[in-house]
Amino acid sequence: MPETATGHAHQPALAHHFDDLAQQKEAATLGMWVFLVTEVLFFGGLFATYSVYRSWYPEAFAAASHEMVVWAGTLNTVVLITSSLTMALAVHAAQLGERRRLLLFLVLTMALGAAFLGVKAFEYYTEFHEHHVPGIGFQFEAKYFRHAQLFFSLYFVMTGLHALHMIIGLGVMAVMLWWAWRGTITRDYYSPIEVSGLYWHFVDIVWIFLFPLLYLIGRHAGA
Amino acid sequence: MATPTLPARHYLNDGYGVTSWLLTRDHKRIALLYLAAITVFFFVGGAMAVVIRLELATPAGDLVSDETYNKLFTMHGVMMVFFFLIPAIPSVLGNFLVPIMIGAKDLAFPKLNLLSWYIYIVGGLFTLYALVTGGVDTGWTFYTPFSTVSSTTNVISTALGIFITGFSGILTGLNFIVTIHRMRAPGMTWFRMPLFLWSTYATSLINVLGTPVIAITLLLVAAERVFHFGFFDPAVGGDPVLFQHLFWFYSHPAVYIMVLPAMGVISELVAAFCRKQVFGYTFVAFASLGIAVLGFLVWGHHMFVAGQSVYAALIFSILSFLVAIPSAVKVFNWTATMYKGAISWQTPMLYAIGFIGLFTIGGLTGLFLAAVGLDVHVTDTYFIVAHFHYIMVGGTIMGYLGGLHYWWPKISGRMYNEWLAKIAAAIIFIGFNLTFFPQFIVGYLGMPRRYHAYPPEFQVLNVLSSAGASILGVGYLIPMVYLMWSLRYGKVAGPNPFGASGLEWTTTSPPPTGNFAHTPIVTEAAYTYPVAAEGYVA
Repeated sequence: MPETATGHAHQPALAHHFDDLAQQKEAATLGMWVFLVTEVLFFGGLFATYSVYRSWYPEAFAAASHEMVVWAGTLNTVVLITSSLTMALAVHAAQLGERRRLLLFLVLTMALGAAFLGVKAFEYYTEFHEHHVPGIGFQFEAKYFRHAQLFFSLYFVMTGLHALHMIIGLGVMAVMLWWAWRGTITRDYYSPIEVSGLYWHFVDIVWIFLFPLLYLIGRHAGA
Repeated sequence: MATPTLPARHYLNDGYGVTSWLLTRDHKRIALLYLAAITVFFFVGGAMAVVIRLELATPAGDLVSDETYNKLFTMHGVMMVFFFLIPAIPSVLGNFLVPIMIGAKDLAFPKLNLLSWYIYIVGGLFTLYALVTGGVDTGWTFYTPFSTVSSTTNVISTALGIFITGFSGILTGLNFIVTIHRMRAPGMTWFRMPLFLWSTYATSLINVLGTPVIAITLLLVAAERVFHFGFFDPAVGGDPVLFQHLFWFYSHPAVYIMVLPAMGVISELVAAFCRKQVFGYTFVAFASLGIAVLGFLVWGHHMFVAGQSVYAALIFSILSFLVAIPSAVKVFNWTATMYKGAISWQTPMLYAIGFIGLFTIGGLTGLFLAAVGLDVHVTDTYFIVAHFHYIMVGGTIMGYLGGLHYWWPKISGRMYNEWLAKIAAAIIFIGFNLTFFPQFIVGYLGMPRRYHAYPPEFQVLNVLSSAGASILGVGYLIPMVYLMWSLRYGKVAGPNPFGASGLEWTTTSPPPTGNFAHTPIVTEAAYTYPVAAEGYVA
């Protein structure tokens, strides 16, 4: 369908190389899905590494997992799932063109994301305090001293990269908030919110896997 | 027919300042930015190959020290693999052609495309920084624990450079996938697409699925080196072989990132210069996807001597043999296309034929290496070096140069000197074979790779190889000269100097900024010959 000059003039959000907003939205959504596939493989390398060492050293991993601050991890899981709810409500508000509700839910999502990072920082502080950071005076019961370092190395890299994704997510949400505030987001052009939401949900899902793998495996091992 | 003239407005004269290039969103200009950048890295990597071949001209390690030699072959590999071979065809030819071939105005995400170039440049600068501040000596494979514990060279900055550049490839691949899915012109169905797009699509899939794994792996190496975290360190129970698994999970498919786009180019060249529909179009298209999928399942054949289980080795061996099937489908179909075709022996076709021959040798020797027993015999010898240079240089660079010549009139609007171009193609072909064929023999006789000295009985073959390398070097410099010369003095090409089919030949040379005056409507399959388009002068 050939573009017309007038068609573009009425739709400031439409980039010149797309025929219409529907095509542009489909491209943006597919682009984010492809990006998330990349992200799955990125974290996949870590999950593969975790799986190998977990299966080789189950007792050491259970013992190390026992040292996690489980209540903090549980709290963070609740916080993140709630933020996914507020994110979904933000997308819904954007689709309906309800700017005030959109702003509210974006702010709530960001607040929950920030709360998650705060709890995570507290946990890192605790682990640092208990000498559970490999490389800098790591201490652990002698029996599992070597292999527990693998667990904690993986723990810090996996949760650290997840936290980095959260920080990037907060940055994205800040931009969305700005766009929603100045009125760029409309009922006809809400794909930035939807696409950011996909990213946000993905980061949540990564945590849903990290939480049991890192915090809960020692619960029933009797270590 | 009237002499063709350049169009009044085209993408090259649509703005002249530095910012009109460095801030451009036009995929064609970004392709030229890549062309400039990868050419620089090609000659940096090539310069190191020159020193390597000079050193190996004599058996004694007399030109450079062993430490310097380690750094030379490492940086040669890093530069050539990550900064030339992997981005070459997708980022230059792919960027230029993907939107034009499907009848779109641009890639789906033009700003992301520009960002990809900047990411590539930043990654490249990191790696160049590592080079000038002392280099790195781990081999391009970064095997642990040497890379994490023992090596005292610039592992971090090099790995960081590759890590960053990887995102350039991921984002370019993402851009191509979305563009091909969502931006095709009316009537451009999947099975009317030129085969170059199928192979670009398959390559993009590998980029999106494989590159993140090398990214995380290099990140773990860096974390182990910097923070003394344990991932692959046997001291804390880690396994260096796990690193090899993760590394080759990407780095074997990366070979297909290099060669699949070249295969796509060859399909275009063979059709255009034989004036025929590519034989078995559908098979060639699916062979690209088949190679992409199978390519992910064969990484273990790099580790037959690394202590993986015999059963794993057996399965990886069988799967590696399977890759030969889609590869052979392509070779047979290209030759079947040539059969009874009206072949015109122009420069791009010379490269295409060169590719088919060299890729066949590279591919067949790959089967030797897929056989566990034989592979154990030649592991880490020059046989391996010769094999992968036949694929990477004989395959990818032949395809790249063939494609660059074929689309040069479209890119620049002008013709290169055909006579010089043919001479250069012949020199490259001869120089290449003289460089690398002796390496098969010397490797089979037992000369190991990665040493700066060797027993005197290998000298004749090494001198032949070094002589071939100097011929090859001259061969690579000649196109630099006449292609630059053609920009100003070349004959004006007109829209379709080769009388080829494809949407890119229906627009002006060079194309306007938006590629087409009107969105094209596609009514026929790819490679419909003869072409009755304006400018046909065969």
